[in-house]
Amino acid sequence: MLIRKFAAGAFLAAATLAFSAAAGAKELTVGLASEPTSIDPHYHNLTPNNSLARHIFNPLIRMDANQGLVPGLATSWTAVDDLTWEFKLREGVTWHDGSPFTADDVVFTFERAPNVPNSPSSFGIYIKGKTVEKIDDHTVHIKTEVPTPLMPNDISTFSIVSKKHGEGAGTEDYNSGAAAIGTGAYRFVEWVPGDRVVLERNEDFWGEQPEWSRITIKPIQSDPARLAALLAGDVDFIEGVPTTDIATLERNEDITLSQGISNRVIYLHLDHFRDDSPFVKANGGGDIVNPLRDVRVRQAISKAINRDAIVARVMEGVAIPAGQLLPEGFFGVSPNLEPMAYDPEGAKALLAEAGVPDGFELTIHGPNDRYINDAMIAEAIAQMLTRVGIRTTVETMPRSVYFRRASRGGPDGLPEFSFILVGWGAGTGEASSPLKSLIHTYDADRGYGASNRGRYSNPEADALIEEALATIDDAKRQDLLAEATEVAINDGAIIPLHYQVNTWAGRKGISYNARTDEYTLFTEVFSVE
Amino acid sequence: MSVFIIRRLLQSLVVVFVMSLLVFFGVNVVGDPVDMLINPEMSQADIEATIRALGLDRPVHEQYWHFLTNALSGDLGKSFIFGEPALKLILQRMPATLELAFVSLLMSVAIGLPLGVYAGLNPESRVSRTIMAGSILGFSLPTFWVGLMLIMIFAVVLGWLPSTGRGDTVQVLGISVSFLTLNGLSHLLLPAFNLALTNISLVIRLSRAGTREVVHQDYVKFARAKGLSSNRIVFVHVMKNIMIPVVTVLGLEFGGLIAFSVVTETIFAWPGMGKLLIDSVQNLDRPVIVAYLLIIVLFFIVINLLVDLTYSLLDPRVRLQDVKA
Repeated sequence: MLIRKFAAGAFLAAATLAFSAAAGAKELTVGLASEPTSIDPHYHNLTPNNSLARHIFNPLIRMDANQGLVPGLATSWTAVDDLTWEFKLREGVTWHDGSPFTADDVVFTFERAPNVPNSPSSFGIYIKGKTVEKIDDHTVHIKTEVPTPLMPNDISTFSIVSKKHGEGAGTEDYNSGAAAIGTGAYRFVEWVPGDRVVLERNEDFWGEQPEWSRITIKPIQSDPARLAALLAGDVDFIEGVPTTDIATLERNEDITLSQGISNRVIYLHLDHFRDDSPFVKANGGGDIVNPLRDVRVRQAISKAINRDAIVARVMEGVAIPAGQLLPEGFFGVSPNLEPMAYDPEGAKALLAEAGVPDGFELTIHGPNDRYINDAMIAEAIAQMLTRVGIRTTVETMPRSVYFRRASRGGPDGLPEFSFILVGWGAGTGEASSPLKSLIHTYDADRGYGASNRGRYSNPEADALIEEALATIDDAKRQDLLAEATEVAINDGAIIPLHYQVNTWAGRKGISYNARTDEYTLFTEVFSVE
Repeated sequence: MSVFIIRRLLQSLVVVFVMSLLVFFGVNVVGDPVDMLINPEMSQADIEATIRALGLDRPVHEQYWHFLTNALSGDLGKSFIFGEPALKLILQRMPATLELAFVSLLMSVAIGLPLGVYAGLNPESRVSRTIMAGSILGFSLPTFWVGLMLIMIFAVVLGWLPSTGRGDTVQVLGISVSFLTLNGLSHLLLPAFNLALTNISLVIRLSRAGTREVVHQDYVKFARAKGLSSNRIVFVHVMKNIMIPVVTVLGLEFGGLIAFSVVTETIFAWPGMGKLLIDSVQNLDRPVIVAYLLIIVLFFIVINLLVDLTYSLLDPRVRLQDVKA
């Protein structure tokens, strides 16, 4: 299978290369697609920021390349009871200035992270409802008011900062480097906004020493320019290789490609809540009772979409057809769900059964600068649906306009569109993240369904999701999440299309242990000469 | 002269005020920055809190009033994305852009003027025809394409010059500049040429037209009859008279080079203001867009003033008092 091939290849490369990595002076220059907005690890919960922070700082629990949880600054974590978790901290770890890491730093981080001034999106969402208590220098207890099975996942999202340097320090002190003192594999050297970030290996790092002694990160936003910089030898390694160039690069002997599936599913959301949906019309433009509320119509749409063709043609083979919310291998996915088979005749039959044998008119809305090839995917879907009788027009727009309208652009702050293309990356690396935000009934007071832009509502799914989110036992929770996913997908809550596959490219012999969370970590970049 | 300058500055204040109104209300019509900032996993209550923290829950006119009162004390607001003062972000990136614009302006004159004058003096020669054909290409080829081609040819295929980024910098009077180091110069060459291309063509065409007109003037014929060397005729009498349109156009173009070298800066990953602007537009970082455009208005005002002053130096017949700006 394609996923296996990607993963196995990357793992093999990593395993063989890890040993050849000498601790000599080796420099790596990389071109990244986007620049962090700050060095402060708690300022902005954003992929480029988190990715950079992982080098300078460490969280208590780290996520491996497949978002599995592995020890970080904590060596073990256990639920003492339903409401208390005990974390044993790693001993002998020092900050970049030589001072020891203790429980006080953890307590301080819990105070600082949710309260960074001007933070556009803080880590408060993972810290809310948790109180931390120092037991001794290397033990802390984290208490909650309700059972929190996702505790380890939540804790893995944010970096621990030094109390000594962080007290009273603002975001600008981290940006200047004065407070950017971490425990990570790399020390912060300098940040020249728009130009470069420089990191230097921390020779006293508590974990395995990375291969590169010095790293220069250059933000090169333009895809062709980033690729040209690699081909010209100005950078050694780049992220975000455009799908259109992959075939050419595979033939180029001076370039090594690394690929890995991501935790991001591209899916369609449909209007589940309005009988009179603004972008659904009868043939000829008259009014029609929203047929998308009929599960048979939703299944017909799913059957009418040829996922293999989208993957092969639009994505140039660099994606995996999707049948649920997360790729196999993630916690909480269902073993029983396969991508819906392409069956245009079956789709027509279902439409006839649902009382719309001649189809209807529909508009698909999507962003054109957010996901890989997003606008082209929307066009392909419109053509496929038109073929089974649902005459579909396409409207795409920049994400800065799209997401507001898709979330609350209609009257009374309701979603404006009827049929949309969106993506979801599970930050926690397990199935409760999409289930809670996309599938659960929209409930602002309790924080459920924040991105449920179709306002799907199914009491059965809601009950399963809520039960899962209160179940500490992993095996039981896994089953509940899988069951909730099955209920939702079989009911056509959303229509999954494909999982994104990300591509990195390096000079010959420089490969990457590709990550599902789309981070680019230089500790996972290896070379073989 | 001083009356002229004072009147000009007063008019400028009105322009800046009107501009701030247009820009502020303009950027507030488009999209919603909140969706660019939040993490998708945030709950509805957290999203509401972000909206309030950014002051986006208040009506637009109230936001504008808040902006205006702060602006009068020199505070143009804080970037939504970076959390730092917008003015600081812009000033931080200004030296790189100014450097690029200056070098590109120099290139336009140094390459465009001799070629244009040559084409004007020898209108029928084959070389002149080639120059003029080339200038049409310079006008009509899109900058992003030329930029990519330059990178492909000089960086990827030939490997002579670096493809992207800014080279080593040195501090001069507290400003970091890169044209004083060899590495910096090599990084500067391609983007500056890319940015200069249109202006080189413009200067070629202007100076050719000017030369052709001037060489038939009586004072040139007289100078020739007087027996002046052709060097002196070209470099003193012709040059001086074709410079006025060139200076006017370059003055205006220079403002454009500084303000909107967006394409070149993006392709060459040049850490300048243009890249900041395009990023801010994409992310709807409203305070930065507003501050940026206001600073650019100020730039244009200053440049136009300088152009008018240059006229009076080049052509004594121009009396600044008479210019109703």
